Order: sequence, then C-alpha cells, then structure tokens
Amino acid sequence: MSEVGTTIESAVAGSVVEEIAHVGELTIEIAKDRILEVARFIKGAPLAYVLLSDVTCADFPEHPGRFRVAYHLYSLETGSRLRLRVWAGPDEEGGPGPEVDSVVSVWATANWHEREVYDMFGVRFRNHPDLARILMPLDWEGHPLRRDYPLGGEEVQFTDAV
Amino acid sequence: MSTETGGGIPAAEEAREALEAARREGRELTETERAIAGAEAMTPQEALAGIEAAVEQTPGSRQPMIINIGPQHPSTHGVLRLVTELDGEIIRDLHPVIGYLHTGIEKQCENKTYWQAITLVTRMDYLASYFNIHAYTMSVEKLLGLEVPDRAQYLRVIMCELNRITSHLVWLGTSGLELGAMTVMFYTYREREKALDLGEMIAGERMNTRFFQVGGCADDMPPGFEQRLREFIDEMPGRIDEYEGLLTENPIWIDRTRGVGALPAEQLLDLGVTGPALRAAGVDLDLRKTAPYSGYEHFDFQVPLGVNGDAYDRYTVRLREMRESVRIIGQALDGMPEGGHIADDRKVVLPPRGELSTSMEALIHHFKLVTEGFRVPEGEAYSAVESPRGELGCYVVADGSPKPRRVHMRDPSFVNLQALRPMARGNYLADLITMIGSLDNVMGGVDR
Repeated sequence: MSEVGTTIESAVAGSVVEEIAHVGELTIEIAKDRILEVARFIKGAPLAYVLLSDVTCADFPEHPGRFRVAYHLYSLETGSRLRLRVWAGPDEEGGPGPEVDSVVSVWATANWHEREVYDMFGVRFRNHPDLARILMPLDWEGHPLRRDYPLGGEEVQFTDAV
Repeated sequence: MSTETGGGIPAAEEAREALEAARREGRELTETERAIAGAEAMTPQEALAGIEAAVEQTPGSRQPMIINIGPQHPSTHGVLRLVTELDGEIIRDLHPVIGYLHTGIEKQCENKTYWQAITLVTRMDYLASYFNIHAYTMSVEKLLGLEVPDRAQYLRVIMCELNRITSHLVWLGTSGLELGAMTVMFYTYREREKALDLGEMIAGERMNTRFFQVGGCADDMPPGFEQRLREFIDEMPGRIDEYEGLLTENPIWIDRTRGVGALPAEQLLDLGVTGPALRAAGVDLDLRKTAPYSGYEHFDFQVPLGVNGDAYDRYTVRLREMRESVRIIGQALDGMPEGGHIADDRKVVLPPRGELSTSMEALIHHFKLVTEGFRVPEGEAYSAVESPRGELGCYVVADGSPKPRRVHMRDPSFVNLQALRPMARGNYLADLITMIGSLDNVMGGVDR
C-alpha cells in the first residue's frame, strides 16, 4: 500500500478497501459509510488535499455497487493528485437506493458537483444542503447519464410544451 | 403546456410539477427549488401584493423582492439565469439557475468512438476549444500509454496560448461593454480576428477545431504560418498597451471594478475556484507550473498574481497573462523541435493520406480506425490543463471497447460560478454585472 493509503487507513481504520495505481494515478477505494470521515481527515494535515477538483460518477450496471462516485483531489503543497472512489449501491425496488454521505461540509465546492451527480445518475447525497436538479429541468423524469437511459429514439419530454 | 390550453407559462408549470414531485417523494423543497418556484409562481402584481400585506402586518419591515435576471440577458455571457432577492438595490440572496445550454455532450460521448468524441468535447467551452480537446486527448493518451512527440507538444502549446489570448480578448471586450467602456471591444476584436485567422490557417477552422488528435496534432505548421504568427506576437505587446491605456488608469473603470467581488483566498479554494479568479487573490496555482504537462516545464514565464482578489485584480492578472502567453509562443517557435507532428502508432493514429494509394496495410489501418475506432484498455484517467478560466479536467473511464464508458469534464466555469452567490450577497445589483464579467464564465462550459 502506498504512503497515502497507509496514512488514511491508520487514521480512519477500516476505510481503505482497495488501492489501485494505474497510468501514474493513485486511486483509493473507500468503504461507502466512511467517506465523510476520510474526507475530513484528508483535508487537514498531514495530507492536506485542500482543493477538491471534481466529484463525478460512472455507471456500471454489471457491478453489484453499480454507481461509482469519484472524488478528484489536488494538494497545493505537493502538487499531487489523488482519486477517492466509492460504490454508491444499486437502485433496486424496495432497497435504500444509491446513497453516499455528502462532503459539502468539508469542501463547499462539492455542492454543485453532487447536485450534478444526483441529477445525472440519481445518487442521493445524505445531508446535502440543497439536493436539487441542476442541469435538467426540475420536473425531469429519470437520470440521463445512467447506462439504461436511451440516447435517441425516446420521446422528448417537453414536446407538448412548444 | 402552451398558454392556449390555459396551462400558464411553461416555466411556472415546471415549478408546480417539481412541487408535486417533492410531495410524492415525501420531502421538502430544497433551497434552489423553492427559489425557482417562488420566482415563477407569482406575477409581479402578486409579488407586490405580498409585500404590501407584509408591510401592513408589521409596519416598517422590509420584504425582499424577487427579480429574475436572465436567462436571456446581455450581461450574463450566455443563458445564465439568476433569481435574486432584492432589498432595494441590495442583493439579499441569489440563486443561479443553469442548464439552459445543456446539450448532453457527456452522454453523447459514450456513444461515439474515442476519435469521434473529440468533435463533441471541443464544443463545451466554446471560447477555449483547444483546451477541451487537450484535456480529453491527454486522458486518452494516458490510458493508451501513448507518447506524444515533442514537436506535437510544442504545437499544442502554441495553439493553446493563442487560444488563451483570444479567450481573454473576448472577456476583455465584453466586460468593457457591460461596464460602459464600449471602445475596448473594437480594439480586442481586431486582434482576435488575426488570431482566429491564424487558427484557420493551421486547423482549417476558426473556432471549434479538432486540431489536436489522440497522439499529437492533425497537421504540421503550413508554409507562411510561422512568419504570420511571429508578426502577430511582435504586434501584440503594443496592442495590450493600448487596452491598458484605455482602462488601467481610467477612473470610471477603477470605480466600477476595485473592491468588487473580492472573497478571501481560503474561501475561494474551498469553493474550488481556480484560474485568474484565484490567482488575483494571491494564490500561486497555475497547473502549467505546479503540474507541468505538454512540455510547459521547458518554457520561461511568470504566473501573474494579484493582491486583493477583486474584479480589478482579475483584470490586471488576465492582461499580464496575455503578455506571458505571447512570450511562451515566441519561445515555442524558437525552440520548435524537429520530428513528427503526431505519434507513429498505426493502431491509433491515421496513416498519412499519401500512403493510402500505395500501401495496402495503410488502407486497412485507415479503414479499421475510421469504421471501428481504436480500443482503449480498461482503466480511468483524469488529466487537467490550465484553461483561461482555471483547471479544466477531463475524466475518462475506459472499458476496453472502442467507445468510452464515461467522459466527464470538470469545467472551471461551472465550478467558479458557485462563488457568485457568496460574492454577491449584501452587495449592489449593479456590481453583480461586474462580478459575472470578472468570473468570465462561459455557459457552454457550465452546462455542457
């Protein structure tokens, strides 16, 4: 395990699930219910990932966790990047649905990023101050960036409004 | 729902349906939903009646008036809508409503091959198209493990810095226009035309080009390009002096911009703001220096910083950045390495056109690449470039097929726009125009 991974694991025990070093980028997979603790720790000393560049998501319908949320971090001191990722869980009937703790309380910039992930993938962020759709209209049905959302051929929802 | 069927205006319908959807889900409306619903549910008469009733109930109380600015408004640089709560001329609160320019580019990329997606991503931030492709191709090249030749990297640097100048010129011209300094636009667009002509010369298109390819650039510099580019960079410093002569010591410009829209550096970082808006507050974060890519470590240039972080500092930072860009282009032309303008990997890069009529193998490669595309091994990559507005990152997830599983752009306009709310609260409505201008958001990048 890398130095960063070891530091995180020793501070928040049981949080690191997996570590992947690929094409020169370090990815650390975090247990879903520990992400907020890890976020709080990682922003402060000694790791000091002060800048949260991006929060985004990718849909893997074939994976039991389905929605993979990725956090891209940047350290101003060392200039190094780190990717945290979390499996949000599938969207099943009767299940809790994909849900992750919001990190807005740690990095204010996560506000719009998480709204976008919610809008596009339907991943809910627990304790988000303002989890509304951001790019799609407020009354839009469905989450366009899911893999099972069709591209082309579907009826346009606002056809009768023009 | 058209007005003819008695459904009211479509936007109000949307707010009502959102309210119903929230009720069905058994939750409260969020802050933004409430603001939009509030702005749309009322006619001006209803709003006025509400205010009068509240004043009657508690005499002397001040009720905010909700005013919609945009989505079509000349000073919002595109289709940005701001729901503002005004107390006289003071902004009590503000909710940016975005998405009017959402074109689903990220979704469409998933249904295109890797080389086709370049044409889409270039149209996100339409004033900085080279930066969009640069971030995207860097991510794909990283996943492929493809080396980009030095000459291609220098060509990329030249085009990106030229693009930075054209982008800043649009910002300077339009910002001046918004604050009543109309003359500046005629000056900046004069030079922008020349820069765009240079782009047309090398890439065949003036704006949304696809000059950068996976593996390098589409072509080498055409004959005569270097000379015209040198003439341009020789002329440019004098032209920047002219813009400065119009604005830097102009008392009206100073009054309108100094002290406007300043936020502490820590708060800007917390909000994820990057680029000139952050550097104007004195934070030395420029990815070309802190995380050099595409050979930027070979160039000698300064990172202009500001002190107060207000709109005036952002203006000076951007002007100095243009001067540095001119220097970088000059150094890139002087030190232009020999070699190919694109990598020589026939499994990824199209063979030279001339070979198609003589080489069977080249023809097969060409056919395979155009019809099926190239496969990218499974993995994920995030590459960021320093665009005119800040960190422009591209996150690509590959699943081994010729089409990306996910393409996501971290667009600086989108992130920086979040800072508008804390900036504007408690300030004058007139200053809001300065703040939007000084953040330099491009709505194509915000909405993607």
